[in-house]
Amino acid sequence: MAMKIGTDNFKERVGNGINDSFMRGAVAGAQNSMGVRRQNATEELGNWEEWRSHGEEIRQHVLENLDYYLEQLSENVAKRGGHVFFAQTADQANEYIKGVVAKKNAKKVVKAKSMVTEEISLNATLEQAGCTVVETDLGEYILQVDDHDPPSHIVVPALHKNKEQIRDVFAKKLGYQKTEKPEELAWHAREMLRQEYLTADIGITGCNFAVAETGSFSLVTNEGNADLVTSLPKTQITVMGMERLVPTFEEMEVLVSLLTRSAVGQKLTSYITVLTGPREEHDVDGPEEFHLVIVDNGRSKILGGEFQSVLQCIRCAACINVCPVYRHVGGHSYGSIYSGPIGAVLSPLLGGYDEYKELPYASTLCGACTDVCPVKIPLHQLLHKHRQVIVEQEGKAPISEKLAMKAFGLGAASPMLYKLGSKVAPAAMNPFTVGDKISKGPGPLKAWTDIREFPAPNKERFRDWYKNREKGGKES
Amino acid sequence: MKVTLFATCIVDMFQSSAGIATVELLERLGCEIEFPESQVCCGQPAYNSGYVKEAKEAMKSMIDTFIDAEYVVSPSGSCITMFREYPHVFKGDPVWEPKAKKLAEKSFELTQFIVDVLKIEDVGARFDGKVTYHTSCHMTRLLGVKKAPMILLSNVKGLEFTELPGKEQCCGFGGTFSVKMAQISEQMVDEKVMHVEETGAEYLIGADAACLMNIGGRIERQGKPIKVLHIAEVLNSR
Ligand code: SF4
Repeated sequence: MAMKIGTDNFKERVGNGINDSFMRGAVAGAQNSMGVRRQNATEELGNWEEWRSHGEEIRQHVLENLDYYLEQLSENVAKRGGHVFFAQTADQANEYIKGVVAKKNAKKVVKAKSMVTEEISLNATLEQAGCTVVETDLGEYILQVDDHDPPSHIVVPALHKNKEQIRDVFAKKLGYQKTEKPEELAWHAREMLRQEYLTADIGITGCNFAVAETGSFSLVTNEGNADLVTSLPKTQITVMGMERLVPTFEEMEVLVSLLTRSAVGQKLTSYITVLTGPREEHDVDGPEEFHLVIVDNGRSKILGGEFQSVLQCIRCAACINVCPVYRHVGGHSYGSIYSGPIGAVLSPLLGGYDEYKELPYASTLCGACTDVCPVKIPLHQLLHKHRQVIVEQEGKAPISEKLAMKAFGLGAASPMLYKLGSKVAPAAMNPFTVGDKISKGPGPLKAWTDIREFPAPNKERFRDWYKNREKGGKES
Repeated sequence: MKVTLFATCIVDMFQSSAGIATVELLERLGCEIEFPESQVCCGQPAYNSGYVKEAKEAMKSMIDTFIDAEYVVSPSGSCITMFREYPHVFKGDPVWEPKAKKLAEKSFELTQFIVDVLKIEDVGARFDGKVTYHTSCHMTRLLGVKKAPMILLSNVKGLEFTELPGKEQCCGFGGTFSVKMAQISEQMVDEKVMHVEETGAEYLIGADAACLMNIGGRIERQGKPIKVLHIAEVLNSR
């Protein structure tokens, strides 16, 4: 699965994450500052909850009428002379794009940031076909230079690296000789990239929102790189997840507002690029040829099912930026290019439970993600739904847990059993109890007591106290 | 006013002091307490782990237990959140959905009940000490009770309050998460304890016994001189 990153298992990945103090410092710092910025940017609107509801409605409406809008979009792109290809699988998408590259005899491709092309492993495919691929988003560029280090965040892909590490990567790979000052690093990347834009044969972008009514595509960036990717090369390819569209510009405006405020705490990003098909006669720039690749890759299976709301996602990463689990383990621990709460919901759906069965459990169901999601995806409920599917349909839960839960069902449903169990608990736990606590618990309790003390069961349960008091009158 | 107490299994077995304080406090505020013996657990441990069928058994038993209650009050935001979820769990079930709805509507977390139903903001408590307060996730985010505990604590005489930095962050309990994902849980609770320490408080107060068991257990393991109390105990002290 192309979404997958690394070969370590879940536990190893989490261990690596926890031990990476650089990464954790960078992530915690970013979460803290982005959290404040997001909060300010949303409060500033005064009626954020209404905006969220509106965003949710728009996304739900699109999903309910997805076939209609996809058709409208395709027609409008074709009307303007663009080519549309609907790829059911990652392979089909890659083959099509490879075909365009071959036909154009292209040697170099420049790319603006796109998660869906990561999802289908487009870069690797094109490189294998002998084409040079250059990422132009600064974060993606850093990762690419660093031997294709995978992204750890859907908006800030190189979040796990600090400026000193970036300086070292540039020094080693690009002969960079200056300091770790962000301006100097960025300037260097700019100089390197400028040449690439001018010599590229094809520009490839993702898509924040496609506008069905006009056949347009919007790209939201802070670096302006998408402008260059879409205006300099002669051929342009836009790759989009099949759900990423809106009916008209009016809805796009609402979603862009929600996106920029939620993602980076900005009213608007520095650049919002909108392009509509290939260059027309009166245009001064723009590509001569335009291709739209719409990627399904498992999305239509989600549509219409109990996880449909995950397709409302506008990839703002607000859920990632508040997630306390992500905070400590970082993006690579998820083993998927989609990390954090959205990744934990989406990765098992697109990549299967075999690969991602731990992710739905990597959450305390604290609900912080659901609280901030600008399109109101009930993320923690979807994580819970995954657990239910794993237990009931996939049969992937551990046997010991199944037995324990069966016992729970019996005990909790039967007051008699519970009363008996809780009454004998102090005696049962006696061998492990020192004073009023248990420091070395047996069985599953061990995982608890490895970290913290566990209280010894009360000798007099609350219910015993209550009963005695009733007997002895209220003045106990 | 007649109040039916849902003590929760954790309080019943491990933190009876919080249950006792709840009874005494509510009585002092003029309530008549009833404690049905047949109550067990809200079903959350099984439900949150994905064992909905098993959880439903517990839930049905709870619905029946509290069927005649006028108000159900509990010293746990999380378990009341679970009660309020019942209608969703039994959605489409002609027998249990309506019953679940009734229970959800009359169930309240302790501080929520005192402030919103009893309309009392000062319970006449006195507690001398420097405290900080942990806002549990389920109680604040899912149940939406943010202000009530703050209002009540602000009126406790002698109490010196310091806000907990990063208070909206989960303590890392998460039910079975605490043992299933122990590695991660440890990092989360450590950050929480660090913040508690930063406040210089002598007491950490919370309204959910489970979170307190988690944070308190870690504080104890690290030998830190911070005491952990349920909010009912603070509001009941004079
Ligand atoms: S799930 Fe919601 S918060 Fe998370 S990235 Fe998607 S839109 Fe943003």
